Amino acid sequence: MHSDRAPLTLKIAAAAGLLFMHLPILLIFAYAFTTEDQSFQWPPPGLTLKWFAVTWNRPDVWAALGLSLKVAAISTAMALVLGTFCAAAVSRSRFFGRETVSLMVILPIALPGVVTGIALRSAFSIAEIPFSTWTIVLGHATFCVVVVYNNAVARFRRTSGSLIEASMDLGANSFQTLRHVILPNIATALLVGGMLAFALSFDEVIVTTFTAGQQQTLPIWMLEELVRPRERPVTNVVAMIVVLVTLLPILGAYYLTRGTDQVAGQGK
Amino acid sequence: MSAVTFNDVSRHFGAIKAVDAVSLDIAEGEFFAMLGPSGSGKTTCLRLIAGFERPTAGDIRIFAQPVQDLPPYKRNVNTVFQDYALFPHLNVRDNVAYALMIAGQGRRERYRAAQEALEMVQLAGYDLRKPSELSGGQRQRVALARALVNKPRVLLLDEPLGALDLKLREQMQEELKSLQRQLGITFVFVTHDQGEALSMADRVAVFDHGKIIQTGTPEDIYFRPEVPFVADFVGSSNVLPAALVAQLAGESRPASIRPERLILGAEGRIRARVTGLSFLGLATRVSLDAQGTRLTALLPQDAPRPAPGDEVGVGWNADDLHLMTAGAGA
Repeated sequence: MHSDRAPLTLKIAAAAGLLFMHLPILLIFAYAFTTEDQSFQWPPPGLTLKWFAVTWNRPDVWAALGLSLKVAAISTAMALVLGTFCAAAVSRSRFFGRETVSLMVILPIALPGVVTGIALRSAFSIAEIPFSTWTIVLGHATFCVVVVYNNAVARFRRTSGSLIEASMDLGANSFQTLRHVILPNIATALLVGGMLAFALSFDEVIVTTFTAGQQQTLPIWMLEELVRPRERPVTNVVAMIVVLVTLLPILGAYYLTRGTDQVAGQGK
Repeated sequence: MSAVTFNDVSRHFGAIKAVDAVSLDIAEGEFFAMLGPSGSGKTTCLRLIAGFERPTAGDIRIFAQPVQDLPPYKRNVNTVFQDYALFPHLNVRDNVAYALMIAGQGRRERYRAAQEALEMVQLAGYDLRKPSELSGGQRQRVALARALVNKPRVLLLDEPLGALDLKLREQMQEELKSLQRQLGITFVFVTHDQGEALSMADRVAVFDHGKIIQTGTPEDIYFRPEVPFVADFVGSSNVLPAALVAQLAGESRPASIRPERLILGAEGRIRARVTGLSFLGLATRVSLDAQGTRLTALLPQDAPRPAPGDEVGVGWNADDLHLMTAGAGA
């Protein structure tokens, strides 16, 4: 017999699963408030807010945060432009090798980060490109483009092609059609793709370690801090910030894509 | 004056001749139908007028102006799309006013024009709805208002009634017809429904395989088909093969005869066996086999009905037999 209520064992399993996934994160948050700064001691001997002030005054945190935001912003912007154009080309026209191009664009996200990282690193050294912010950006753009592309391609596929013809028919040239019809129809898809790309770039570690040279993005800085502890709870404070900065766009993306399943421009 | 002129216009897609050396002449103020099965080139012809397709060869004129090098947005021609193609992000009023917005008219001016266009299609008060909140028939009206708001000289309609149910379709047929008379704009519409073409159009062009087979008034097309394809496609006329006509009328040409003009009885010009009967309401359709030639007769409800398997005589008045030129399928 089918019951609407889940059996007790299933409830326990679900709760255990959730705890397993989220308890470690809560621990990280808890340690941000501990008074013990040499080792992770449980329970915390005392609670304090002073690490927030300490973090605020650490220039290396600001430098890493600044670099991370800059890299994420630039690679997201690049991904928005390249990903949208790619998606438009693949979904709006038929040409030889279209499926191949589509696969090649998506491939980087399936490729292990280590491989992408090594490949980029050797490419940079062969081309004698010195490591800089731009090499990090290039590394991040490889997977950011995919995220934007996937979102845009799905939207293009659901947008009726006759909308563009209708716009031209009513007197709009290509630029006016782009501005008044295409962009409004793909705007939320681009916003979502951009937010996901930003979040992905912001907490990326693997590719960054191969392409960053001496610079530290925030996740790299945290990794270093764990190896050489100094004022340990500062790392936890930063971890909280990273969680918030990446979680907000993803939540935003989730809410924006809800209820857009309806096909745009469909006749019936 | 001619509204639209095609001079040996072709549109080939690789080896496929979608439109093949078509010439036509649509008069100003005419309600012109392009009729044909799918893939016959009628929609491509419409797209050539709108500018979505460029001809591979030939010359297209709209009010004597050559247009083959003009993009769609520079032609004084608007289209009602088969799927309506309403902009999903705009409300009804902004959809209708789109052409005026692009033309740079002020908000107040274009909203007033949109209002008038919506009243014309009996959709006043729907201004602020989104297309997704409208029924199919209402979307169709919005599409019509949007295409007419800029006062085009030619309105193109691509299977305008295809997505509507039967009752709505009949109502829209009449409305389109009266709208066209009232506005005096040239309407060119594409359809695969012969009933629709015959009831609405002043003139019909029948398409097959990228060519126009016959152009004429609905009466011409219906009663005087020139080739067997037209006889068969428009109103499913009976086609008598040339060999049989040679025996009966002494001329070796295929001939057509309307199902309602066949007379069944003991006597007749030819013998046939009844293979089936179906009740249609106003009439009964009788399927016949006359030595391999399949015929259809429509009997009025009060006529005596044969039974399947019966041998009957099939007769007709000599005037009703229409001789055709031998064409494909003869």
